[in-house]
Amino acid sequence: MNYNPQKTPKDAQQKPILEVRHLCVDFHTAEGTVHAINDLSYTLMPGEKQGIVGESGSGKSVSSLAIMGLIPNPPGEIVSGQILFHGTDLTRLSDKEMNRIRGDKISMIFQEPMTSLNPILTCGSQIAESLVLHRGMKKKEALAESLRLMEEVGIASPEKRMKEYPHQLSGGMKQRVMIAMALACEPEILICDEPTTALDVTIQAQILDLIRKLNEEKGMSVLMITHDFGVIREISDNVIVMYTGKVVERAPADVIFREPLHPYTKGLIGSIPRITKERGRLEQIEGMVPNPTEKIEGCTFWPRCSYATEQCKKADPPTVILGMHQVKCWRYREE
Amino acid sequence: MERLKFIGKRLVTLLVMLIGVATIVFILTKLVPGDPVTANLSQRSLSDPKIVEAYKVRYGLDKPVIVQYFYYIRNLLRLDLGTSIRTNRPVLEELKRCYPATMELAIFAIIVAAVFGVLFGIISALRRNSVIDQIVRAISVVGVSIPSFWFALIVLFVFYYKLRTMPGPGRLSSFYAAPPTVTGFYTIDALLQGNIMKFGDALMHLILPGCVLAAFTMGLITRTTRSNMLDVMSTDYIRTARAKGAPKRRVVFHHALGNAMIPVLTVIGLGLGNLLGGMVLVETIFSWPGVGQFAYESVKALDYPSIIGVSLLIALNYMVINTIVDILYGVIDPRVRRR
Repeated sequence: MNYNPQKTPKDAQQKPILEVRHLCVDFHTAEGTVHAINDLSYTLMPGEKQGIVGESGSGKSVSSLAIMGLIPNPPGEIVSGQILFHGTDLTRLSDKEMNRIRGDKISMIFQEPMTSLNPILTCGSQIAESLVLHRGMKKKEALAESLRLMEEVGIASPEKRMKEYPHQLSGGMKQRVMIAMALACEPEILICDEPTTALDVTIQAQILDLIRKLNEEKGMSVLMITHDFGVIREISDNVIVMYTGKVVERAPADVIFREPLHPYTKGLIGSIPRITKERGRLEQIEGMVPNPTEKIEGCTFWPRCSYATEQCKKADPPTVILGMHQVKCWRYREE
Repeated sequence: MERLKFIGKRLVTLLVMLIGVATIVFILTKLVPGDPVTANLSQRSLSDPKIVEAYKVRYGLDKPVIVQYFYYIRNLLRLDLGTSIRTNRPVLEELKRCYPATMELAIFAIIVAAVFGVLFGIISALRRNSVIDQIVRAISVVGVSIPSFWFALIVLFVFYYKLRTMPGPGRLSSFYAAPPTVTGFYTIDALLQGNIMKFGDALMHLILPGCVLAAFTMGLITRTTRSNMLDVMSTDYIRTARAKGAPKRRVVFHHALGNAMIPVLTVIGLGLGNLLGGMVLVETIFSWPGVGQFAYESVKALDYPSIIGVSLLIALNYMVINTIVDILYGVIDPRVRRR
């Protein structure tokens, strides 16, 4: 494996750090095969903060697990496509080879801080583990480094917390421990899967600030996976909107808030409560995310779309590029 | 400090439970039909009211039940369990004699059961639904359902009588003298004596009865380990460990096993208690001079003081084992320590 690590955002013009190409992931369930991810493609540049938004079941979490090589198999399986990290296809690496990348070059923070830490190991030793595994540090050295990391992510009295077990910490503290763990080896990519969903609103803001600060200081790329456009507005440079395992729209964050193109994105953004707007009913998207085993002809969004035409029901729309936008909808044509 | 307090609390609980058990055993002996006077005196003595009266006075049977109860508890606190009617020796002496033999066998059996049970359980969980998993499942189902007295006879017939690869009943071959008593465990005492051959012989004698006893518990431990391991392997913190890049072996042994062991410990503890209870048949078949055989002989002879002594001993064993398990819980699981 040849890496060409480019850590600072300054020389960010060139090659992408991560390139997902035509990724398809299936889950083989008792009710049939579910195409959790359907031809997903995107790139992540060094230092970029990319948001991936979608409702539950849109495939956003699965796409991040695919990068980590952590899709439970069985039932899950990467059917086709590539995940290129500095040009190396991660889908072709063995578990052993992936272990050298996971936690070192690419780290991940999970949604559930409550259950994501091992209950019978101290917080300090769980952070130190990454350093022992990837940096070849001695336990003592690694613990000293963990202390510094805990301080860095804003854990008060880290000497005490080091020796404590997860059940002795609050949710926000646990998520900070998770972040310290993920940052231990200064990864090039930090994947955050709904890192703030399980936390109080005030703690949410603190955690997002922390992630943004780390991105600016260390220049690592961030992949922020969330269902919450509020989080995206806080943190992302670019946004990918996913629906039923496909990218329906991609654009820079400020552009997408100003001018969402896809009806689904419009619905999602319209459903955010705003202080500035006059009070009225919030918009909503009719219906539910379709049952994943169900087959839908044409565009998968048409049953919930108020603009749906006959054409939408017949064929899946192509992806078109409109200025800063990339959108997958029959309403738009390439200029 | 926190841990000492935790252990202290457990020990106090143990003492309270012990008095409770002694009380229940006392009530049971009062409820059991049969009069100790008629059971223990001959026909001739019974016809002499003086002898009957003297007997009652001697054993305090002329006093009200509540007074008898206090006598009984007082004697227990002095470690006086009475005299065996069958052997005419103090019950405590008898138990001291046969308890180490039983414990040696039980500890050997539980080690066999725990080592193989946990090992099979882990393999089975990691190779879920494979051929190995099916074989392990078959072994554990057979182990749980096979009657121990039948299994004991079969292994004796095959390995001792037919193949002649294993020694027969007893704790030592007849040409060896028992090693000088230090712990009462022949294997350890033989080592202390410096006699390796005798140690080997004692160990060989443990294998057949030990495996017969272990079969049931091993089956239980295998199944418990397998299901707990499967649960733990699908938890979020295992995913975290994998996301950290921990190799599979480390994930299984460092992250998963400790968590999966918590419920398995209970099964191992209960298993050890059960082994002591289930000793009667196996010890009788293997002529093992332990508590089980003593209990069997005492029941046959309606030897009340001995039966009470054995009951108290087995109850005490259960309680001590459970206390140890509770303490071990605290060692493994930090969440328990706080309670």
